Amino acid sequence: MRVVIAEDLFLLRDGLTRLLEAHGFEVTAAVETGEDLLSAVLADKPDVAIVDVRLPPTFTDEGLRAALAARRELPDLPVLVLSQYVEQLYARELLAAGSGGVGYLLKDRVLDGTQFADAVRRVASGGTAMDPEVVARLLASNAADGAVAALSPREREVLGLMAEGRSNSAIAQQLVITERAVAKHTASIFMRLGLQPSDDDNRRVLAVIAYLDR
Amino acid sequence: MSGAASPTTARTSRRGLWPLAHRSLLGGWHSLAFSALLLLGLGPLLAVLIVILEAWDTIMTLAGQRVGGPYLTSAGATPVVLILATLLYLRWLANLTRSLAGRWCGTPILQPYRPAPQQPGIWRRLRWLATDPATWRDLLWLTVNALAGTLLVVVPVAMVVYGIVFAILPAIGVPAARLPYVGIITAKGPGAGLVGVALIVAGLWLAPRLLSSYGALISLLLGPTRRSKLSVQVERLVRTRSDTIDAGAAELRRIERDLHDGAQARLVAMGMTLDAIDRQLDADPAVARALLAEAKDSSVKALSELRDLVRGIHPPVLADRGLVEAVRALALDSPLRVHVASELQGRPPAPVESAVYFAISELLANAAKHAAPCDAWIDFRYSAGMLRISVADDGGGGVDQQHGTGLRGIEKRLGAFDGVLAVSSPPGGPTLVNLEIPCELS
Repeated sequence: MRVVIAEDLFLLRDGLTRLLEAHGFEVTAAVETGEDLLSAVLADKPDVAIVDVRLPPTFTDEGLRAALAARRELPDLPVLVLSQYVEQLYARELLAAGSGGVGYLLKDRVLDGTQFADAVRRVASGGTAMDPEVVARLLASNAADGAVAALSPREREVLGLMAEGRSNSAIAQQLVITERAVAKHTASIFMRLGLQPSDDDNRRVLAVIAYLDR
Repeated sequence: MSGAASPTTARTSRRGLWPLAHRSLLGGWHSLAFSALLLLGLGPLLAVLIVILEAWDTIMTLAGQRVGGPYLTSAGATPVVLILATLLYLRWLANLTRSLAGRWCGTPILQPYRPAPQQPGIWRRLRWLATDPATWRDLLWLTVNALAGTLLVVVPVAMVVYGIVFAILPAIGVPAARLPYVGIITAKGPGAGLVGVALIVAGLWLAPRLLSSYGALISLLLGPTRRSKLSVQVERLVRTRSDTIDAGAAELRRIERDLHDGAQARLVAMGMTLDAIDRQLDADPAVARALLAEAKDSSVKALSELRDLVRGIHPPVLADRGLVEAVRALALDSPLRVHVASELQGRPPAPVESAVYFAISELLANAAKHAAPCDAWIDFRYSAGMLRISVADDGGGGVDQQHGTGLRGIEKRLGAFDGVLAVSSPPGGPTLVNLEIPCELS
């Protein structure tokens, strides 16, 4: 799987490259700025681009804007945005750009290499990877929503993991329950929230996030 | 005269004549009210006269020129209370005149007084009143007002009253001859009616015009002088500056404490764990592995604490996107349904953005804490060098500006930029908070 990285801090860029190579990815380019990202992506046509939100020269949300621009140039280019902090606002903008193939994670998540590599693969294959903190805040801002409040604690856990973009088997593994139990929970959640059930993992994630993000 | 032309005429007259009449009648009524205020001013004028005569009497007595005065009973004993009461009454009257002038003459007038002393005490209050130059200007106003006010507000009123006496009363059958002698105009017969109507019309025509001159006169005498404006401003600057310094120091102390107890402590612990791992690596790989997990956990917690700290110092989204987008991000995190609207064309200076952001953050948190689930509206506007933000919610209300420490904190934070905060929150809601900060947009 071929990856382009955009990260301005040498230590992190180097660390990310090594981490990804250790997990069997091929890093075709590791660049420092948003502009370089765009040209690298257009030249290499990678399976996924991993981008830091803050990049030179402005050190604001340059990386996010570069990622969105890259997606406009190469529609459906999977993009995983990393950040020192997460904002629902940015998650919303990423999700609004195309359908699927989007990730938004705290930089802390690279500390767990296996999970991180998992998220990169998920995004590269058109799935979604939302940071648990984004999801937690989504759920918190929906605390007053009657339908969400009526879910059982276990169902809310499953809802959170679904919103992160996990598949049924991943959720089952995380919660140490059977996949059938997960399927039962998801069916119940979709019914209570009044959502159309779907077998497609990604469509399911988007439906859940869209519901929480109203 | 009839037909097609008449509707146009009617419309024109509605457009032209009615507002004119309305303005004139309003002017007449306002002149009448100001004339009544002139009468209220006679009291202190009399009191001032008495005080002057008393003083004169005292001086003469002390000089041995005369024993006992003919004006009031005991010389030198003019009660301090009378002076104090007179000055306070004068202040009340001047303030009333100021606010009425703002409403009726179109010239808003600010109060020029120095702030009242904090401690009680009749002498302290007296000194406060007597040493304020504004008090003496009030007295000057009182005197000038008695003369100029008569010309500017009493004359039109008098003209209308004369007009009524000469035109309307005879017309409804009260013969002019049986009226008491009311003035210099003594026309009789049908001519009197004409003169009367002319007087009414002229008086009403004059009233609004003279009122605006009267407003200018009041503002000249009762408005703050350059000097008093500056002294008020200096006083406010001293206060807000010390507030700002205090707040800055407290904030630095908090950051220092958070770093010391948080990230710094975790890094120390992590270093020690790594050292332990180093020792256990060969002896007991299983223990080393467990310690590694612990170290990793520590680093995640340290990162999360640093993130919270940064958010509290200067939220990254504020630097990235500016005030309005940062508030939208805040709105997304709030359990309330927050509607954000903005007419801002540019960005305020960074310190103002930061102060406003934290103010709104606090207000939203308050609304979410106190109020039942509700909607909130945040509205950004900018005009004439003033950034105006309103934060409203339809929750339970009952927010007290004086006693909420959060609100006082916001007030202090905005005070550093000459900004102000106004809260309206009746029990039962809704709550409306208005923030105003003078600044330039870029």
